[in-house]
Amino acid sequence: MAETQETISAEIAELRDAYAKAVADGGPRSDHPARDYRPYRSSVLRHPKRPLVTVRDPEAVELSGPVFGVTDVTDLDSDLTRQHSGEPQGERITVTGRVLDRAGRPVRGQLVEIWQANAAGRYAHQRDQHPAPLDPNFTGVGRCLTDDEGRYAFTTIKPGPYPWRNHDNAWRPAHIHFSLFGTAFTQRLITQMYFPGDPLFRYDPIMQSVTDDAARQRMVAEYVHDLSVPEWSMGYRWDIVLDGPAATWIEEGR
Amino acid sequence: MGLPTPSQTVGPFYGYALPFTGGGQIAPTGDPAAVTLHGYVLDGAGEPIPDAILEFWQAAPDGSRAGAPGSLRRDPVTGTVIGRHGLDFTGFGRVPTDADGHYALRTLPPGGAPYISVCVFARGLLHHLYTRAYLADAPGDPLLTSLEPERRATLLATPERDGVYRFDIYLQGNETNEETVFLAFA
Repeated sequence: MAETQETISAEIAELRDAYAKAVADGGPRSDHPARDYRPYRSSVLRHPKRPLVTVRDPEAVELSGPVFGVTDVTDLDSDLTRQHSGEPQGERITVTGRVLDRAGRPVRGQLVEIWQANAAGRYAHQRDQHPAPLDPNFTGVGRCLTDDEGRYAFTTIKPGPYPWRNHDNAWRPAHIHFSLFGTAFTQRLITQMYFPGDPLFRYDPIMQSVTDDAARQRMVAEYVHDLSVPEWSMGYRWDIVLDGPAATWIEEGR
Repeated sequence: MGLPTPSQTVGPFYGYALPFTGGGQIAPTGDPAAVTLHGYVLDGAGEPIPDAILEFWQAAPDGSRAGAPGSLRRDPVTGTVIGRHGLDFTGFGRVPTDADGHYALRTLPPGGAPYISVCVFARGLLHHLYTRAYLADAPGDPLLTSLEPERRATLLATPERDGVYRFDIYLQGNETNEETVFLAFA
């Protein structure tokens, strides 16, 4: 029998309180979720039990990383509403922001990839069979390269929340998956962008796996009225900071 | 100064977004020096993971770490990915595991450092993991020399036959399987 939301919520609260207490006692803050986070049941057998081995080698290959260029994207890739013959259903939005490294430097010319459910909360994926309609005019995949200021921009529709089987009556808050590259492979990031004020935040073990309140808030985009276009789209801003060391040199003109 | 954006799991539905044609073919077409790295990704019960996606990054055979664009080269007419043009060595690969948890990468042996860097994403994994596949033992390698023999063995790809290397990744160890060494970078 599926476990209840009550059980999952109690575990979420317990782990959040334990983290808050550890920080209050002088422990370190964490920006990322623990890989061992039991309320997200799929993590139980899929996290290492041993500590990571820290590499301090300045010659490590991981301090460099893959590069992408104009042949890897087309102009249409960043507009998810124009990939089919008709207009997708839903609320048209733009999402824009800057990709920065830990030192606040813009990440230039790098690949940003997104994917998401449609307005009804259904993915264009065979394994998503929940009874919400597919949209023939929406696939939900986008790509772009960041500009010289590290800026990215997408036009899409607001995704819907959707059910999943972590526990009984489990629903994911609406989100857009983001995949990002820095100048170093160590800066690689896959994450999810959430929408402000979603009532599902507190029930969701994936979002709550980030037990630091401030860090969790950094996954939530801001609604920016000036980014909304009259009679066209709602505007959101979301800046992204890549973790991980990068080589100190910057190859200009990348 | 910005604080890092937290990681979140890749989830189960990346399959129509991240994999791309030729993602596992880093070796330029027809290069006689090409080698195959392959294996399974397994969980703490020893079960294969059918919804993991691996990324690979490595030096070129001449030791260059500059990479090259064009891994996801796209057709400007249809927008579809048409894959690498087969000349440049981009150094980057991306391979989802099959239904049986298996992956295969076709590449050229790296120059300089004898390893291919591997980044693991999976449903159930909230924050990606880095490891390394060493195609040959490297006596002076600072990471390998720092590890106990049974831990070190998890990073050594096993030659199966000429040009074919086996590299399994255990996300979690158990009584039978040694957990793969995963890395953090200072």
